[in-house]
Amino acid sequence: MPNKVIVKNLNFFYGKSQALFENNIEIKEKKITAVIGPSGCGKSTHLRTYNRIFELYRNQSATGEILIDGENILDPGVDVLELRRKVGMIFQKPTPFPMSVYENVAYPIRLHFKLSKSEIAQRVEESLIGASLWDEVKDKLHHSGLALSGGQQQRLCIARAIATRPEIVLMDEPTSAIDPIATLKIEELLIHLKKQFTILIVTHNMQQAARVSDYTCFFYKGQIMEYNVTNDIFTNPQNKKTEEYITGRFG
Amino acid sequence: MFATDNIFKTICLICAGLVGLLMIGFFVQLALSSVGAWKEFGLSFLWSSEWDPVDEKFGALPSIIGTLLTTFIALVIALPLSFVSAFYLVDLPGAIGKILSQALDLLATIPSIIYGMWGLFILAPVMQTHVQPFMVDTLRLGKVPIVGRFLGEDYNGFGFFTAGLILALMILPYICAIMRDIFAMTPPMLRESAYGVGCTKWETAKDIVVRYGIRGLLGGVFIGLGRALGETMAVLFVIGNMTQMPSALFDSGTTIAATLANNFPEAAGIQQSVLFALGLILLIMSFGIQVFAQWYLNSTSAKRGEER
Repeated sequence: MPNKVIVKNLNFFYGKSQALFENNIEIKEKKITAVIGPSGCGKSTHLRTYNRIFELYRNQSATGEILIDGENILDPGVDVLELRRKVGMIFQKPTPFPMSVYENVAYPIRLHFKLSKSEIAQRVEESLIGASLWDEVKDKLHHSGLALSGGQQQRLCIARAIATRPEIVLMDEPTSAIDPIATLKIEELLIHLKKQFTILIVTHNMQQAARVSDYTCFFYKGQIMEYNVTNDIFTNPQNKKTEEYITGRFG
Repeated sequence: MFATDNIFKTICLICAGLVGLLMIGFFVQLALSSVGAWKEFGLSFLWSSEWDPVDEKFGALPSIIGTLLTTFIALVIALPLSFVSAFYLVDLPGAIGKILSQALDLLATIPSIIYGMWGLFILAPVMQTHVQPFMVDTLRLGKVPIVGRFLGEDYNGFGFFTAGLILALMILPYICAIMRDIFAMTPPMLRESAYGVGCTKWETAKDIVVRYGIRGLLGGVFIGLGRALGETMAVLFVIGNMTQMPSALFDSGTTIAATLANNFPEAAGIQQSVLFALGLILLIMSFGIQVFAQWYLNSTSAKRGEER
């Protein structure tokens, strides 16, 4: 199985305090990799290095290498805007832009591609179908994105993220703010999406990790304690801490 | 328990009702006091540009145009400046950001008479000896076809342009402080989403943050606009106080507020009634702008993706 991302000796700092310690991991292409661990263990921090979104904040910095298709994206010469086209991101809460449903998806397309109106419309439709949202919104494309339900809003954000045809999609606890039925829909969607995209999902919910992911990575105090095929992690954890966490002894 | 609730409710009702009463009271009083002017000149008072106290012929147009013109200049200068400085202030790190933010809030507390004095003793002479000669004689803007028509070639440091400039400085801290607060209120996750799809800082600002906060931003603009419309002292000192139709930006002129302040002390009879009529016009202008702003925001809320 080819590696999409290879992380080498990744360290991360909030000012002077170190949050990630020598992370090394190989993310498999077109698979779902779940990132689990107790609160504050660095899961989100790790995820946020892949598209360099942490750079918005002055005192945050990362050292080491993150190779995506062999290119170290932490290199200062990398085109960050193109990187963020290639690496989409979904957040803990739905964050539709203050625009119509249609514009939410069309906006990032226009940022990155020079396309005619009809080509954009076609791509918007594709993306909404891809996020299993099309049937629910096709009659209200020009209504506000904020008028949708929470689960629909999160799928709108997924449509927005895949509209730029990324290769990797980062999801930072994407279902933590929505109801169980909407969560189930998104989990089904993830299984579809992995045919096209490499997906990393941070989750607090171990059942979710077990249900959707192919690989699971357990973080503890900024270190990767264990990384393996999901089934093995949950049935036969090698690390003592992993075992304690998945059996619910802390977390 | 219930008795105190009722007392509290009554007090609240009286206080809230007072606001409405005051507003209506102002309209009624201005309307009643200006009846004489409306009877004498009719509605043509609004578009007559005559101002002849000796013959007792009065028209409101020069003051109305002057008010709109100075306000317009002030907004054209202050809006872009406050927008970029507000956006910068929000992103500024630690101590510098705090100090600049404090300075901005302090600027808003400077009394308008100070601006007026500064305008009279510093700005107007500087305009006369440096800025206007540079614009007219060095750059020869007066000879440029369209721009020259608007600027004019005669200057003395006073006039619409200088007044607009002072007003811009006065309303800038208000607009900027409100914009800064609105920008700061944008949820960090929404900002991150914008950067996350590959927006630059500028695209995030204009397409996401502005859209998100448009109500508040326009609120700030209208507070600035309202202040510029009614500002008296700062304008009075630098506008030149000539009741004439403006033909160029460097011309001396007047605004409604300046005309009122200049003429009330010795006004009597019909002239006093005329001044009340001008006051009524100013009140209706400010009121109309607020109503228009509300209407505009409501009618475009769907387009901005607001939930209704």
